[in-house]
Amino acid sequence: MRQVLCALVPAVVAHVWFFGYGILFQLVLAVGFALGLEAAMLKLRDRPLKPFLSDYSAVVTGVLFALCMPPLAPWWVTAVGMVFAIVIAKHLYGGLGYNLFNPAMVGFAAVIVAFPLELSHWLLPRQLSPGLPGLAETAQAILTGGLPESLNWDAVTGATPLDRLRTGVTENLAIGEIRNSPVFGDFGGLGWEWIANFYALGGLYLMWRRVISWHVPVAVIATTILVSTPLWLLGPDTNPSPMQHVFSGALVLAAFFIATDPVSGCSTPRSKLLFGAGVAVLTLAIRRWGGYPDGVAFAVLLMNMAAPLVDRLTRPRTYGHYRSRKESSHPGGD
Amino acid sequence: MTDINRIWRDGLWDNNPGLVQLLGLCPLLAVSNTAVSGLGLGLATLIVLVVSSLLVSALRHTWRPETRIPAFVLIIASTVTAIDLSMQAWLHELSRSLGIFVPLIVTNCTILARAEAFASRQPVGPSLVDALAQGTGFAAVLVVLGAGREVVGRGTLFDGAEMLFGESAAGWTIPVLPFEQGLLLAVLPPGAFIGLGLLVAARQHLINRSREAGVKSRPAPSTAEPTTP
Repeated sequence: MRQVLCALVPAVVAHVWFFGYGILFQLVLAVGFALGLEAAMLKLRDRPLKPFLSDYSAVVTGVLFALCMPPLAPWWVTAVGMVFAIVIAKHLYGGLGYNLFNPAMVGFAAVIVAFPLELSHWLLPRQLSPGLPGLAETAQAILTGGLPESLNWDAVTGATPLDRLRTGVTENLAIGEIRNSPVFGDFGGLGWEWIANFYALGGLYLMWRRVISWHVPVAVIATTILVSTPLWLLGPDTNPSPMQHVFSGALVLAAFFIATDPVSGCSTPRSKLLFGAGVAVLTLAIRRWGGYPDGVAFAVLLMNMAAPLVDRLTRPRTYGHYRSRKESSHPGGD
Repeated sequence: MTDINRIWRDGLWDNNPGLVQLLGLCPLLAVSNTAVSGLGLGLATLIVLVVSSLLVSALRHTWRPETRIPAFVLIIASTVTAIDLSMQAWLHELSRSLGIFVPLIVTNCTILARAEAFASRQPVGPSLVDALAQGTGFAAVLVVLGAGREVVGRGTLFDGAEMLFGESAAGWTIPVLPFEQGLLLAVLPPGAFIGLGLLVAARQHLINRSREAGVKSRPAPSTAEPTTP
């Protein structure tokens, strides 16, 4: 778990460079709430505090949650998100190892449904912003929910690249025209694509250290490219390019850090491939037809639900056993 | 003769239609966004349940077993239509805010379940008590869930009471939380599922606790496991 945290450091540094100090506040808040709630729940459930708090699982949940949040989200949004993540998604399901759903994504899904306004305040990257909020201004925005008088929301925040794509396509603009907007970079959003690169870098480090296997990240990214390429070739004006899809939103973060969760994901190599492919297809479908601009969180949660089934479908044959109907059924019958 | 207290206990707690049998979830989840709409639908369901149980019980010797279900449905549908029309006449605002869920009481499985499991096998007296107990139990869950979702989601309690109790109740709204905007999630459909889940868990917790206390004080506690028909 500590290696996961190390692997996220470059992306956090990039986040601070492009979007200011907000992410640091979010990280501190989310991890603080995560540890506090984890301790409270362990106490309620009569579990020992030390082994569970020092396994860093709550910290990782908090960090992943914070990385999905807009940098200036008020503190109570983060608090509600962590209550859903730690109390409901983790401990009410039985604690680490028993949670059906990825806690960070449950927290994020809860807050995006509960606080749509606060979750739409995305800062513009440094290059486009009239001036990123400084430390004091960031603190004030997060603690009070309002900006200091020197700033206003319309100047410092803007639609994310995915938002802009979605509204553009509904207004019958061609992708090429939409992409003239300065919020887009070479592939995805300006700033965002670099952060995605650093997520991928951290993910490769985890693979090299054998913390995660290659199956899920490769399946997520390859499926995204495989599905979106033919669509893009058929209709480049209405379908974003595959690179745009990969480098937008939270797809790379999810591919390396969220869908690879060993508890709520799949366990065998083949099922991991299917799991990753499912996350990618659902993400693309939600981005195209869904009500929210990015669907990674919902895609991961839906695949979490499907994970036991996928695991069962891809159960490896026991050595010495034949593939027969008799042996594949449970003793009690299904 | 069936024990009257047992029937009441069953309907309100041991075999509560909302929390234990988990029947009638569609209206339970859809209408419980405020305490008043929960109470409105709960009362409508209670009346339908009482009338249909009485009729089913009184007429239970007149049909052959093969035709009993159509007979139940006919009785329930007529009752619901009558209730729906009366609500449109006398509680127009409430009827509009509950919308399709008043006619949909027809499909509430609790009512058919009580007709089949109880009223069609019991005399009129116990059937009336059973309908009152089950209906009250269902309405209580609706009100508790509605109140919880209203407080968390909007920060008020009994908002819109004038729809049910007339103009004099317009000032009954209690501002509970000082927020301008509550937790939107609680008012949306997911909030209903989470709220019901928490209620079921709370009930289970109380039962486990009283069971533990019973084990300590008595050698053989009579803890009847609630049965789901």
